[in-house]
Amino acid sequence: MLGTRIGESMAMKFRTMTRHIREGFKNIARNGWMTVASIAAVTTTLILVGAFLALMLNLNQMANKVEEDVKINTLIDRTADPDVITELGKEIKDINGIDSVVFSSNDEELEKLINSMGDDGKSWELFEQDNPLNHVYIIRAQNPEDTMKIAEKVEKLDGVQEVNYGEDVVQRLFEFNKYARNIGLVLIIGLVFTAIFLISNTIKITIMARSREIGIMKLVGATNGFIRWPFFVEGLLLGVIGSIIPIGVVLGGYDYLEKVVSGQNKYAFVDILPFNPFAWQLSLIILAIGALIGTWGSVMSIRKFLKV
Amino acid sequence: MILMKDVYKTYSNGVTALNSLNVDIDQGEFVYIVGPSGAGKSTFVKLIYREERPTTGSVFINNVDLSTLKERKVPYLRRDVGVIFQDFKLLPKLTIYENIAFALEVIEESPRAIRKRVMEVLEQVGLKNKARAIPDELSGGEQQRVSIARAIVNHPKIVIADEPTGNLDPDTSWEIMRTFEKINASGTTIIMATHSKEIVNTIKKRVIAIEGGLIVRDENRGEYGYEI
Repeated sequence: MLGTRIGESMAMKFRTMTRHIREGFKNIARNGWMTVASIAAVTTTLILVGAFLALMLNLNQMANKVEEDVKINTLIDRTADPDVITELGKEIKDINGIDSVVFSSNDEELEKLINSMGDDGKSWELFEQDNPLNHVYIIRAQNPEDTMKIAEKVEKLDGVQEVNYGEDVVQRLFEFNKYARNIGLVLIIGLVFTAIFLISNTIKITIMARSREIGIMKLVGATNGFIRWPFFVEGLLLGVIGSIIPIGVVLGGYDYLEKVVSGQNKYAFVDILPFNPFAWQLSLIILAIGALIGTWGSVMSIRKFLKV
Repeated sequence: MILMKDVYKTYSNGVTALNSLNVDIDQGEFVYIVGPSGAGKSTFVKLIYREERPTTGSVFINNVDLSTLKERKVPYLRRDVGVIFQDFKLLPKLTIYENIAFALEVIEESPRAIRKRVMEVLEQVGLKNKARAIPDELSGGEQQRVSIARAIVNHPKIVIADEPTGNLDPDTSWEIMRTFEKINASGTTIIMATHSKEIVNTIKKRVIAIEGGLIVRDENRGEYGYEI
């Protein structure tokens, strides 16, 4: 007996839920131009958000790559004997935050130098007989921002003639990157909030036009939940439909961009995130933002009219 | 059924609409509420479906005290009270069928029961062939019949009509009144606020006259009692 009653009420809830979803879809059609306006607002802002996100995430990626390239060249005292050199290697490894320490002999260093010079390098081959370069420890920090601190410590160790990491440039690079990231973050947050504001405002207008309808629904005994659900579904749909075009733009645009960039491979510096999975992840983010602001906008707007 | 005790109603703008009002209406009665504009008729009617709360005093509907009724219980009260307005208050984008069905969807009736009952009331108000039309395609009298159908579709104990014939021509008004009489004959209480002297004096029922927020006259088979 109790079982069938629970079963009945469950069936009722399910039926009511399908009713709400159906009504949400119907409202999209019933509200014609208002629907178009809301979707247009969602579309415009999401295209902006998508393009900006793609730009910011790529810049961030590039900054990371540049930072990872930062290394400390530790020139070892030319008079140091092999024991001191080995000892120095151990001491460096013991410093906190060291990712790797690689020994490179002066011969290897000269070879690198000659190779990097290309044709001009030939003239340096003279020095192979009497190598003027030092043996070197090449150090990378786990966290590139610690480079300066580590370099200072290494400089004080026995057997170190000089440390070399492009002090000024590195310092400026890190500071620039830090600012760039913060500004980017602020801009994205600002943009998302603007989007939320714009879209929820548009949706609010469409709901305002229906405040009379909401009043009538309350008169015939509809509970707030009953009135709210179709609006919730409608908002979700507006957000999802509004994100279709932005996703298309992101996928198409990014595919094009990737082809252009990979066609100019000589600038290894410009190395964008690969289309797969980045463009798909970005699409998912856009869809999520669209769905979120659609539902949020409609639920927030309707709240006002339900208070009587 | 409907019981009001020492009801005062003062709106936030300082206007006092009801001033120590006492009334007792039994199940199955047909009551006209008459009186000059601004006398408190609409406020009186709104108290019954809890659109307004009394400032002091109590309003009982089916032994439930509305002055302490929780906000979330109000929808359930309204399912027992059908309301009809001068301006019909139909949902403009829904068809006639959908408008009436809405009152049943709200109480989570099964689709089959909804279809059956909606067609029943449409038959009752003579609009079966307009089920698929939208309100704007109907005449005023037809729209009012739709709102009556919506008000009675879930068998409420009370039907409240606030100037239901205010926007209608005389012929249509009589038609509407015949519908009300039929609904009343099936045991539903009807409270009708009206300015129509003709109707009140022709179809004789209990008349409650409100003036200055007070009941100044309450008689069975009464007269309208005002010129105009």
